[in-house]
Formats: sequence, C-alpha cells, structure tokens
Amino acid sequence: MAVLVIAEHDNASLKAATLNAVSAAARIGGDIHVLVAGSACAAAAEAAARIAGVARVLRADAPHLAAQTAENVAELARGLAEGYSHVLAPATSAGKNLLPRVAALLDVAQISDIVAVEDADTFVRPIYAGNALATVRSVDPVKVVTVRSTAFPAAPDGGAATIEAIAAGADLGLAALVRREIVPSARPELGAAKIIVSGGRGVGSGENFRALLEPLADKLGAALGASRAAVDAGYVPNDYQVGQTGKIVAPELYIAVGISGAIQHLAGMKDSKVIVAINSDPDAPIFQVADYALVGDLFALVPELSEAV
Amino acid sequence: MKILVPVKRVVDYHVSVRVKADGSGVDVSNVKMSMNPFDEIAVEQAVRLREAGVATEVVAVSCGAAACQETLRAAMAMGADRGILVDCGEADAVELQPLAVAKLLKALCEREQPALAICGKQAIDDDASQTGQMLAGLMGWPQATFASRMALEGGQAMVTREIDGGLETLAIRLPAVITSDLRLNDPRYATLPNIMKAKKKPLDTVRPADLGVDVAPRLTTLRVAEPPGRSAGVRVADVAQLIDKLKNEAKVI
Repeated sequence: MAVLVIAEHDNASLKAATLNAVSAAARIGGDIHVLVAGSACAAAAEAAARIAGVARVLRADAPHLAAQTAENVAELARGLAEGYSHVLAPATSAGKNLLPRVAALLDVAQISDIVAVEDADTFVRPIYAGNALATVRSVDPVKVVTVRSTAFPAAPDGGAATIEAIAAGADLGLAALVRREIVPSARPELGAAKIIVSGGRGVGSGENFRALLEPLADKLGAALGASRAAVDAGYVPNDYQVGQTGKIVAPELYIAVGISGAIQHLAGMKDSKVIVAINSDPDAPIFQVADYALVGDLFALVPELSEAV
Repeated sequence: MKILVPVKRVVDYHVSVRVKADGSGVDVSNVKMSMNPFDEIAVEQAVRLREAGVATEVVAVSCGAAACQETLRAAMAMGADRGILVDCGEADAVELQPLAVAKLLKALCEREQPALAICGKQAIDDDASQTGQMLAGLMGWPQATFASRMALEGGQAMVTREIDGGLETLAIRLPAVITSDLRLNDPRYATLPNIMKAKKKPLDTVRPADLGVDVAPRLTTLRVAEPPGRSAGVRVADVAQLIDKLKNEAKVI
C-alpha cells in the first residue's frame, strides 16, 4: 500500500511544510504519492516530482480547485483515499482545515499534529499544549494524519517522480474565496526560519516592536514572532503568534524578548535548539527553559545586541 | 434562525496538568474544570447574533459526563437559550473522540435544523482541532475554520479566516459550520443575575443510543508520557558574553 501526501502549495511553488510531511511518510513505509490539487498548478506538481522518495505525483488541475477550499479538495481526496494506507498533510492552517473533513468523509479518525511515527499504525502526538505526549494506535483502514513540520526533517531534492493528471472531482459550490490578504514579507517564513526574534508584552507597543526587534531580526536574517499577549495588544498581526494556538516553531535560535513564558507560549517554541531570553524580571518562567538568560532592561539590551551581532 | 454551539468541559486554562505515574493519561482528578476557551468565544458570537436580531435561538450542546451540565449552565449564563446534554456516562467509562462527537452533533443538527453551528477551533485538552470540520463534512455543509470576523447576509456567511501568512475571506452558503479563533470576540463574563436565570433555562438530556450513534473510540491511547524536559541554562552577564556564547558555544550565529 502507498501513502498519499496532500501537498500544500500556491500553484506556482510548494510550501516547505510539504517536505516535512514527505519525510513522515517515508518513516511509515510504502510508496509515496503526492496530490497536487489546484488550478494551473503544473509548476507545483513539478516541484513535488523533484522531492526525493516520491514515486508519483497526482495533479488535479481545475478552476474549481484554484482556492483549494476544504469542501472541494476533501471530496477529491475522499475519492482517492481508498487506494492508500495513509493520507498525510502538514499540520499547517491549511492542513488542519482540510484533513478532519477528509477523515469524516471516510468515517475514520484523524490523528493531529504527529511528532513521531512508531510504526504504520502508531503515532506520537502532543496533548495539553505539549505538556504530555500521547502514543496512539489507529485501527482504521486508512490513517488520516497531520504532521508537525518541526518534528521531521525536510525531504531533500533529487527525485524524478512521474506526474499523472487525474480527474479533479466535483465542484460542490459550497464556498467561494472572496479575497486573500497575504502580507508580503522579505523575512523568512516563521515556520521555516533558522532564527526567530520574538517579542512579548514587555516590548510595550507596536512602535517599539518595529524600532527594537526589526533591526535585530534584519541583522540576523531572522523571522519575527510574538507571544499571544503582544498579538492581543495589537503590537503585531495575528500570524506572528507563536504558541499552543498559534504557530509551532523549532528554529536553531529563538530569542524571546520581553516574553514572560506562559505555558501556552512555551508549547510553541520549547523545541527550539537554543533559546535566549531577555527579560527584566529574573523570576519570569521563560528563564526556566532558556539556555542563555539575560536579565535587564530590554530597551537598552536589544539595541546593544543589534549593534554587536 | 437557530444556532447550535457545542461546548466542551476541559481542564481549566490555568491548570498545569501532570502525567499519571502509570502512563495511562493525565491526572484530571481534583483539578478545576471550565468551558473550553474557544467555545466561550463561539457562545459569545452566537449570543451577539441573537442580540442583534439575526438569530432567534442559541442552543448549547455538550457531550460527555453528567458534569457537563455545569458547562451548559455556563453557556446559558452567557446567554444561550437552552442546553442539550448528550450523556455518555462517566468520563472514565468511554473516551469521546472527535469523530464520535461530530456524529452526535450531526444527529442533533438533523433534529434541531440549525442554520449555523459555531464551534471552538480547538479544545485545549486534546488539541485535536477536528470536530467542526468533521461535522461540516458529515453534514455536507461548507466550513469556515479559524474565523476572526463573520457577518451573515442573504443566506450566506462572509467569514474572515486566519491562515498562514495573513487572512482570507470566504463566502459560504448556509447552513454551515464556523469555528472560532481567538480574535473573533472577547467573551463576556456571566453576571450573577444571569447565572441565576440560567438555572431555570431548559436542559434536555439524551444518550448516544437515542441518537443512534456509536461512540466507541477509533484510536487507542497506548501511553501518555512527559515530554523531554528542558532545564534552565546559564545567566549571562551582558550582551558581549551572550554573543560570545552564541558564536563559540552554541554556534548558532
């Protein structure tokens, strides 16, 4: 039996999280097929065919898949799934939107956000904001699984899979995309960045965020993140949020500035390789997970750091 | 127009849970339980729609042990008009998984015929983020998950969703499922008079068998473990020492 990975893409290119999902598929075993569902998505399909380990790419190309709405893509995936032992997607906002619907249509459980594959039926996933790890076994004929990107390496290039055009399935006409507002950014994507500079309520304002943290992030080539407190206070947009209900990140270096370290925030970043915390409160919980703790006034320390790196 | 709002009883947001020594699960005895925070946002949204005259009735549903009545009373104290408990026996007897809950909700949607179900986007205990999407799939309804803004107009909902990198707005036909993200609203606190009033609101109880739903779990939890711990590191004296450590010890810059 083969594993079907549903690619996340924007028709022109693949999202990096797809590569991590392919690595998880490789741990399960069996041939790996990748579904690229979109409109005028030949370039994305070609990129999927170049991933090492992928045997076949299934390209479903039709105008009604342009927005990749969950309703139409789930209907398509339902039709394909019976030939597969597993259906995987990255545990991104798109994957989390889509895969439970696919599972429900197949009358099987969905396994969310796996961080390890024990065998083809058994997976490890975090619960309670990462305060516990549950090992779960599925008895369903098809396992429908979302993959936490930070827990699996990106599959390398080097494949030469065949690309097969498949029927695009029905247009259910239930949902229409009105608009998408993607904020263009010159910085690396939060989920894929090697270094993240992240700010909390201690930063004090949106102006401070720009004046203090942006120069540091620019110097380091880092992505910018934030705690929920900073997002709720309106310092930065919602998609900066790192934590249980925001993004889960695991960069090489995570610099937490003015973040106290609520468990919901730690859930999103504690798998980072190296954590630096800068905070004026020596008792802040963030220091319990930080490799390097710098206690002091962030308004003095951060500019000094930006200057020195 | 009727709105159905599923609410889940979970370990309170502020409680730090501990894994049981035998690895069978997390210890939830004698800890504070509350309504899942995302479900509070869903209740608030439904109640606002009724207060605005868009909706006529808000029905809260909770699936689980008898203690979920407290969660339903909390939803009614916020303004839900009535509650339905799907009594699944004591929590230890059966583990309710998202697919089973979605099937129970489907049966109730067929009975109650709501135009809209508003769910929390994720429960903070199992962190699954599945039930709303599954309900939409089972009903053949459209879905708008992770909503930060919504408006109902002319038989459809315009919903702004939080996606990676920004926002998207969907137009979905009703009936539909919407799941709430944090930014959808700030839920109100129940006032004492409303808490008293909620005690008199109707609360029906049904069992899964009455709804013809098999709630047997599909996933078996083999064990639950503590994640590998992370210990506190070292305190650095100043920026120069920090940079030295990052360059020469951690080698990350």
